[in-house]
Amino acid sequence: MTRFILIALSLLFLGLMVILPVIAIFHRAFADGFDAYRAAILDPETLAAIRLTVIATLLVLPLNVIFGVAAAWAIARFRFVGRRVLLILIEIPFAVSPIVAGLCFLLIYGAYGPVGALLEPYGVQLMFNLTGIVLVSAFVTCPFVMREVLPVLMVTGEDEELAAVTLGANGWQIFRHVVLPNISWGLAYGVVLTMARAMGEFGAVSVVAGAIRGQTMTLPLQIELMYNDYNATGAFAAATVLTALALVTLVLRGVLNRFGPKKEAHA
Amino acid sequence: MTFQALDIHKSFGDTEVLKGVSLSMKEGEFVALLGPSGSGKTTLLNIIAGLAHADRGQLLFAGEDITRLPAGQRHFGFVFQNYALFRHMTVAQNIAFGLRVLPRKSRPSRSAIAARTRELLEMIEMADLADRFPAQLSGGQRQRVAMARALAIEPRLLLMDEPFSALDAQVRQSLRESVRDLQRKAGVGAIMVTHDRAEAWALADRVAVMNEGHIVQFDRPEVLSSNPSSDFVRLLVRADAA
Repeated sequence: MTRFILIALSLLFLGLMVILPVIAIFHRAFADGFDAYRAAILDPETLAAIRLTVIATLLVLPLNVIFGVAAAWAIARFRFVGRRVLLILIEIPFAVSPIVAGLCFLLIYGAYGPVGALLEPYGVQLMFNLTGIVLVSAFVTCPFVMREVLPVLMVTGEDEELAAVTLGANGWQIFRHVVLPNISWGLAYGVVLTMARAMGEFGAVSVVAGAIRGQTMTLPLQIELMYNDYNATGAFAAATVLTALALVTLVLRGVLNRFGPKKEAHA
Repeated sequence: MTFQALDIHKSFGDTEVLKGVSLSMKEGEFVALLGPSGSGKTTLLNIIAGLAHADRGQLLFAGEDITRLPAGQRHFGFVFQNYALFRHMTVAQNIAFGLRVLPRKSRPSRSAIAARTRELLEMIEMADLADRFPAQLSGGQRQRVAMARALAIEPRLLLMDEPFSALDAQVRQSLRESVRDLQRKAGVGAIMVTHDRAEAWALADRVAVMNEGHIVQFDRPEVLSSNPSSDFVRLLVRADAA
């Protein structure tokens, strides 16, 4: 009986809160027929938004992979001043509201901020363009890779790396042949989470993107814009694209879970 | 090739773990560092390997000062207590690792590495298990792979940290022979850390008995038995005769 209630409750909740909205998105997007949907997707502004979102995400990923892995390795293997602080600092993006994060970036890197003002004479503008979008997206997603990789490093321990040291491997070889294969699944998982979040981020990006139509509108911003313009078909059509991207990452995640902690045959 | 440690000191925080340890080895000699836990033997081994650094003192190999030489450049083979095999590599890949990471100019050809790996696999009698992963091996097999991996780089010195402690008594007995055999074949000096007197007696040419950060006596097993320098050594020697 308990079992039945628990399962029923979970399914009901999931249905109402997750499945129904997703169905609603697709239902509304196709409400005016497939041609209208097609036209909405092929709208130049929407296409530009899709392109920008994908580009920004692809730029954020390497940033976070490099930083996340480096930070996780440092925290797992070395005792240094500021190690604990780093562990706490890295959580800040989880705790801070994205819109606040966006405002902070504007304050610092905007034309009147300390860093922005420094760069302005050289014609370098950080905010209201792709750079700004990438910067805040990197901030918002920065804990993901590190949070996935750190526990794996903690569990695998240092011994294999020490063995590699005694066998004459240099730092890069140790990373490439020993550390990377051991953390690969955690890293992949972190990448998937980063991707999902970077594509869907709204709050922080909305502050620094500057809302230039067809230029600095990411997909989530574009969706809101169209919705506010009473272009519901356009908004929901764009939403299906974002949902589809999210579903792709979900599938990736499922694949990772399914085949996750297994040995890799190659070194 | 002789190895010497001179007046090695090491502290962790306020605890002095090594209080001026000196040790001098002859070529091809098998030395055991024997002592209770906390006597500093593992710390000494790590310092010799370059995985830890002495606060004071000097390490000499064949007359060359290697005190500050990075671990990877010492060419000392190290067998870890838990073997530390690369879990995502096969047995053959584990053994070949030290050769594969050599700088291009001194790295043997692919086929030479494969040949050397095969040779080592045969030496540890595991040629048929070359493609297994460490998780698919027994404890004794892992230990042999760890030995072969350490020997693959043709080390100048073989260091072993409690190499048998993770094995059950029966396997331990039979592996002792094979370790001694492999070490002789490789013609390399060896230092083994152990807390097991019988093990030290069975394997070592000379045993360095350690207690509280000192080497209290360093001599052949029969001399330690017949002529212990202190009560500590006498008790240690007698302990498991009973």
